[in-house]
Amino acid sequence: MSLLEVKNLSKSFGGLKAVSKVDFSIEGREILGLIGPNGAGKTTIFNLISGTYRPDEGQVIFQGRDITGLRADEVCKSGLTRTFQITKPFLKLTVLENVMVGAYNRVNSRKEAAQEAREILEETGFGRRANALASTLTVAERKRLELIRALATRPALLLLDEVMAGLNPAEVDEMIALVRKIRDDGLTLFIIEHVMRALMQISDHIIVLHHGERIAGGQPEEIAKNQRVIEAYLGEEYVLAKR
Amino acid sequence: MSMTTVIFQALVSGILNGGIYALVAIGLTFIWGVMNIVNFAHGSMMMLGMYISFWLFTLLGIDPYLSLLFSIPTLFFFGMATEKYLVQPVLAGQPFIQVVLTMGLMLLLENLATIFFTPDYRAITVSYGSSTFAIAGVRVHVPRLLATIAALLISGILYVFLKKTDLGKAIRAASQQKEGAMLVGIDVRHVYAVAFGIGTASVGAAGSLVLPFFYAEPHVGLVFLTIAFVIVVMGGFGNFIGALISGFIIGIIESLGGIFMPGSTKHVITFGVFILLLLFKPLGLLGK
Amino acid sequence: MEGNGLTWNRLWLCAAGVAIPLFPFFAGDQFLHVMIMAFLYAYLGSCWNILCGYGGQFSIGHSVFFGIGAYTSTLLFMRLGISPWLGMLAGGILAALVGLGFGFLTFRFGLKGHFFALATIALCKGMEIIALNWDFVGGAAGLVIPPHDPSFIVFQFDKKVPFYYIMYGLMLLSILVVFLVNRSKLGLYLAAIREDEAAAQALGVTLVKYKIYAIVLSAFLTGLGGTFFAQYLTYIDPTFTIGIGMSIEIIVRPILGGVGTVMGPILGAFILDPLAELSRNFLGGYTGAHMVSYGILLIVCCLFMPNGIIEIPFFARIFGRKVR
Repeated sequence: MSLLEVKNLSKSFGGLKAVSKVDFSIEGREILGLIGPNGAGKTTIFNLISGTYRPDEGQVIFQGRDITGLRADEVCKSGLTRTFQITKPFLKLTVLENVMVGAYNRVNSRKEAAQEAREILEETGFGRRANALASTLTVAERKRLELIRALATRPALLLLDEVMAGLNPAEVDEMIALVRKIRDDGLTLFIIEHVMRALMQISDHIIVLHHGERIAGGQPEEIAKNQRVIEAYLGEEYVLAKR
Repeated sequence: MSMTTVIFQALVSGILNGGIYALVAIGLTFIWGVMNIVNFAHGSMMMLGMYISFWLFTLLGIDPYLSLLFSIPTLFFFGMATEKYLVQPVLAGQPFIQVVLTMGLMLLLENLATIFFTPDYRAITVSYGSSTFAIAGVRVHVPRLLATIAALLISGILYVFLKKTDLGKAIRAASQQKEGAMLVGIDVRHVYAVAFGIGTASVGAAGSLVLPFFYAEPHVGLVFLTIAFVIVVMGGFGNFIGALISGFIIGIIESLGGIFMPGSTKHVITFGVFILLLLFKPLGLLGK
Repeated sequence: MEGNGLTWNRLWLCAAGVAIPLFPFFAGDQFLHVMIMAFLYAYLGSCWNILCGYGGQFSIGHSVFFGIGAYTSTLLFMRLGISPWLGMLAGGILAALVGLGFGFLTFRFGLKGHFFALATIALCKGMEIIALNWDFVGGAAGLVIPPHDPSFIVFQFDKKVPFYYIMYGLMLLSILVVFLVNRSKLGLYLAAIREDEAAAQALGVTLVKYKIYAIVLSAFLTGLGGTFFAQYLTYIDPTFTIGIGMSIEIIVRPILGGVGTVMGPILGAFILDPLAELSRNFLGGYTGAHMVSYGILLIVCCLFMPNGIIEIPFFARIFGRKVR
């Protein structure tokens, strides 16, 4: 049984079909990448799965349970956590407190939450910033915090939305290492990314979205050579010109 | 009187009251829509309009309708100054600070009025103050009718102003997309000040218009303010055609309710409606 | 700016904590009265702070909970002879229930910010109208508590001193509650909700649940204060007790002192109440002077010190804590 199964997922806004009959599944301990040109509907898929939006059609089955249409906090409690493309740190709280909010998802006492938060911060190499106010963090640090905070909720499946955007190459490498470590620790990851080299490196499988529809899926090498994918990104004229 | 006449009379009175409520609400919704700020001092501005007209009448014998020529510009500039010096600094801050600021202003204005004008109720008597005429067995109160017509006129003028003039378009642009407006060179701060001035001027006008049949006192604004809030929420914030229609609706509901419920208890209906609106349609009956 | 253990700054606070219980031995009635009011408003401000400062749901209708507490205990005493202490508990519970109902309605429908504030005003005005028109609770005339021989059980005393200690105790209780909430899961969740609801939700925080915890706790405690007030004044005036004026009094001190901080409301009350008493003595003749100064105070705070006086280094050092 797959960890996550998405069937026939659709969502329209007004007259615009943002996501149209999308199917895919994710197996445990794999990293699934989601790519597509801007406006393809990638974040919408995340929003539909995580409970921010209700799908018009389709089903989301997580760990055998139908979680379609559940509220965002209910989805998180069932083991699926997402991060946001534009980070949403709790600015007036410290890094440690931010992570504790995540940790409280599984524990109730302050001692335990603080302890878990500290452990996760140490493991992910962010321990030195524990007492910094979130508002003082750089973009890269905020991305890191977003990820660590989500980790603290102890999900089975983690949805990362453009976690590498705005990072310089060194920071990207750090992030890649972190993501690999997370997977090795037993988590499953579903990643939206534009930084291609990062995604190609870490994904086991990739699905491609264009105009809300799934146009391709497979291993990174296949996707890189897929005509339809290239077309979607670069436009038909490019493909024709290359012939 | 037969029941139908009673109801019909209540309807007419309700519409006429509604026109006034609408006029008060139009300024409030305008400010809210453009700048996303809830102006708790709005009722106090109306109170100022009333007192301006009161003193002009009492000391100089100027008719309230004539005093509009004075009260409108005065309150326009007063509103602009208020926005520039008091409101502008807190626009970027948390919403509750904005609420507290305008509340503080309300407290200040009302209580300054209490000190300088005393808490006594002030009324004026003009020759046409109680003139009515009859239509189909129902009495129409002339000053109320004039106020309602003025409300319609002012809405019309505002509508045209927003649609046709450059400044109006600038205001609309700034209210929809602040950064975009700034990018095309609109001085958003100036636009905000003007909008606040317009909103204040219209409620000040409302004050002058109701003086012939309503008393002035330092806290009179509160009564109208609470009703104005209900209307603004019902009509959708920023939507002054919505405010106009909702004003009439509330006026009618209140009037009909007054048939069955004594005195001030009919206001409970208005609050009930208010809470229902906030729960189910906070963006207005016509909103999304 | 964090205090570490027993520094000079903390010594100030300890000194105050020791000195305050000693004042009744030296001070006259007027001084005690000012202190009692300061304790009361500090207490109310702290209770309000739980929902509004920490929770971020701005309420201008807290006088409702205050009034329900006052009316409940008084009516139970007058009609059924029940000790106001039990009545206090009942009042708090009733206020909490009203808070629960109101919170459930408003939070379930996602009312926030301006809209929530407006709803609290509607609640307040509505309750005031009911109190003014309902004969069972005394209507516009309010309620007068029949005098009894002073004793603890009937919560009536012939001197101010017992009231002084009771209110001081309640104030300390509120400080403790806020401090504990602050360090708890509820406190952190409320802070998260206040900072970013969507992010909080995505991390598993059930918004409505925690907001309701906040409003119920806040309402319960505020209600207790209402009973105290009724017993202290032995008279309940509906407009003064349940009207918007009282709501404004409740919020002014935390705003002045610092919303969302433990000691902000305390600081605000201890600065404002003595000043209010002074101004009453000098300007007493002018009705409205009191509120004019509140108006100016609020405006000045909003423009120059939106985070409250507690941010001024002098005070921040004394209180040595960080702001959430």
